[in-house]
Amino acid sequence: MVRAFTILLLCQLAGTVVQQALGLPIPGPVMGLVLLLALLVWRGGPGQILHETANGFLKYLGLLFVPAGVGVVTELQELRANAIAIAIAIPVSTILGLAVTGALMQKLAKPNA
Amino acid sequence: MHKLLPLPFFHVWAYLQTQPLLGLTATLCTWELACLIDARAGHRAISNPTVISIVILAAALLITQTPYAAYFNGAQYVHFLLGPATVALAIPMYANFETIKRNFFAIIISLSAGSVAAATSAMLIARALGASHQVIISLGPKSVTTPIAMGIAQNLGGQPPLTAVFVMITGIFGTLICTTIFRLARIKDWRAQGLAAGTAAHGLATSQMLRLNETAGAFGGLAIGLNGIVTSLALPILVRLFGF
Repeated sequence: MVRAFTILLLCQLAGTVVQQALGLPIPGPVMGLVLLLALLVWRGGPGQILHETANGFLKYLGLLFVPAGVGVVTELQELRANAIAIAIAIPVSTILGLAVTGALMQKLAKPNA
Repeated sequence: MHKLLPLPFFHVWAYLQTQPLLGLTATLCTWELACLIDARAGHRAISNPTVISIVILAAALLITQTPYAAYFNGAQYVHFLLGPATVALAIPMYANFETIKRNFFAIIISLSAGSVAAATSAMLIARALGASHQVIISLGPKSVTTPIAMGIAQNLGGQPPLTAVFVMITGIFGTLICTTIFRLARIKDWRAQGLAAGTAAHGLATSQMLRLNETAGAFGGLAIGLNGIVTSLALPILVRLFGF
């Protein structure tokens, strides 16, 4: 498990180094994801340990968003000042995004082989 | 809160505010409690443990008048793990790599259309309802994962911290509403559901999709990264086009 976690951190580190060195607008962890994916394609798949650790880890992805989410308390004043605009703009646009992407993808995607 | 406490407890409280222990423990305890509530409710979208935890902890900070920085001092250890977890999304993506490759153009077209629709409608509605320029610009990248969204807002003259909050509200709303929207719009394909969730409401809705189906999670992970790229390219054009 420690080895699998080390692989994840190394990919994130490499991704962050690339991002910082080239000044890319894509964050380090997303670059790390691309690197790991390239590695997996090259190696023909993750080993059992990496597979189990990653999937076990991703079960708790929801927990990892909690600290950032609580940050909503820092902008309460600005939210209150624009309450109506925000309360309509975010739900409507999010529903639109979900429906447009979902409906188009369902229509355009090839049937599962 | 501290004014109500007897002196010895006040010292303990003041001490704990300087330490990571309380913020970290509170985050994990709240998460466990939220998971219990979620299980009791039968794992429904509305009982998503992330959303419940955020509501409980935000209320606790406001009631006890604890500054967010004091809480984050402990919670940052959980927050840090978002990095390696994002990298770990490569594993479900690899498992669906053939499907992704086969549908590459469908993915690019659907994702770009949804991304532009969400960003444009958010900014147009906010402008129509009299929001300030700062708020309108900060709303633009709200469907994108936080670090990319903050960078985009910065480049366009928005307020990155406000964007971070909009990203979170979008994630919470998207997580709660996605299953209902998919049912109403008759979107049954897991690939389409995952891609839509990741495009409109980034990793938070993707974590909801991962709870339901691995393929949906993989397409959500893909959409997080791709929408980051699409939005950073498209938003400056949209802002100029609509004169925000």
